[in-house]
Amino acid sequence: MADEAKGGIEIHPMDQFIVEPLFGDGAIHWYTPTNVTLWLFFAVVAVTLLMVVGTRGRAIVPSRSQSVGEMAYGFVYKMVEDVTGKEGLKYFPYIFTLFLYILLANFLGLIPGSFTTTSHIAVTAVLAGAVFVTVTVLGFVKNGAGFLSLFWVSSAPLVLRPILAIIELISYFVRPVSHSIRLAGNVMAGHAVLKVFAGFAASLGVFSFIPIFGIVAIYALEVLVSAIQAYVFTILTCVYLKDALHPHH
Amino acid sequence: MATETTGGTEAAGMPQLEFSTFPNQIFWLVIALLAIYFILSRIAMPRIAAVLAERQGTITNDLAAAEELKLKAVEAEEAYEKALADARAEAHQIVAEAKAEIQAELDVEIQKADAEIAAKTAESEKAIAAIRESAAESVKEVAKDTAKELVAVLGGKADARTVTAAVNARMKG
Repeated sequence: MADEAKGGIEIHPMDQFIVEPLFGDGAIHWYTPTNVTLWLFFAVVAVTLLMVVGTRGRAIVPSRSQSVGEMAYGFVYKMVEDVTGKEGLKYFPYIFTLFLYILLANFLGLIPGSFTTTSHIAVTAVLAGAVFVTVTVLGFVKNGAGFLSLFWVSSAPLVLRPILAIIELISYFVRPVSHSIRLAGNVMAGHAVLKVFAGFAASLGVFSFIPIFGIVAIYALEVLVSAIQAYVFTILTCVYLKDALHPHH
Repeated sequence: MATETTGGTEAAGMPQLEFSTFPNQIFWLVIALLAIYFILSRIAMPRIAAVLAERQGTITNDLAAAEELKLKAVEAEEAYEKALADARAEAHQIVAEAKAEIQAELDVEIQKADAEIAAKTAESEKAIAAIRESAAESVKEVAKDTAKELVAVLGGKADARTVTAAVNARMKG
């Protein structure tokens, strides 16, 4: 304890997010297997365990694991149906893929010592960017130029409409930014705070129980945030999809 | 500080903004998402959809079967009620018939018994009359004999005809 006190509090809350090669110390090329690869692989395994291994009984009266898989399926299915309507159900597999990946990657990231793939802006930007591009292309394919009526608020007074159109346009292009940063920011902040508290616990000696209580409380909050952010990302995707399918306000 | 030497350049800022790692992350993320998508769309989702549909079908069938059974139960109850009413009516009829039969038999028996009783009564009356007559005869005989004896004892000569006449007169009186 005395050594650490002398050296000052050493906390590296961001070290957990460093991307490093799994084997050796070389440069990171696009194909290098890294800790990102490993934890993405674990996410795929978790999805397989939940949705394939868990449901292998195909029972009319489900087992516990099958029940959880069916609940996830039913939850997202209902969300897509409620928000986008019947015609949105065609895109349910894609949305379900997003939801399960984010949910399970968030939960895997809560394992101490793990690497959280969803804390990286590169990952969430790809997810949000894919949603943005898909939804925009889909909007023009389904509605043609009529998709632009999304920006033309016909219920507003005529003089206000051009101004509103500019605001709508800006907000439309801000969507992928907020969509991706919301997820990465929430996950990163929670994990960083946990590390900071852990650093306090290591340096406070006898009083370390105080930050440890803090860690327990924040960890519980992070469990909640993991599920909520997966839900928020998914429902926003549904809302954007609804805009593409029915652009008229 | 020791931290900077161990952490290197990456620890200085946010690892999230280390753009050199972006191609790597994006490449592996796309692979992982494709893997998840194919696992879900090829295996998991058809399976769960089938199970859910099967469950829905089973529930619907069971409900229909339950409805049918309920109708059958109502029918059975009606049939039972009908059978009960029939049986009750039949029982009433049987009871009435039996009662009438018994009554008829009883009437016949009573008549027979009445006739028998009447016959017996007549017979008995006859017997009583005979007994009474013979008793009267005996009394006459005894009275005659006694009267003769009395007359003889008293020293008279008993005239049989007179005595008999006297006794007869007394007996009548």
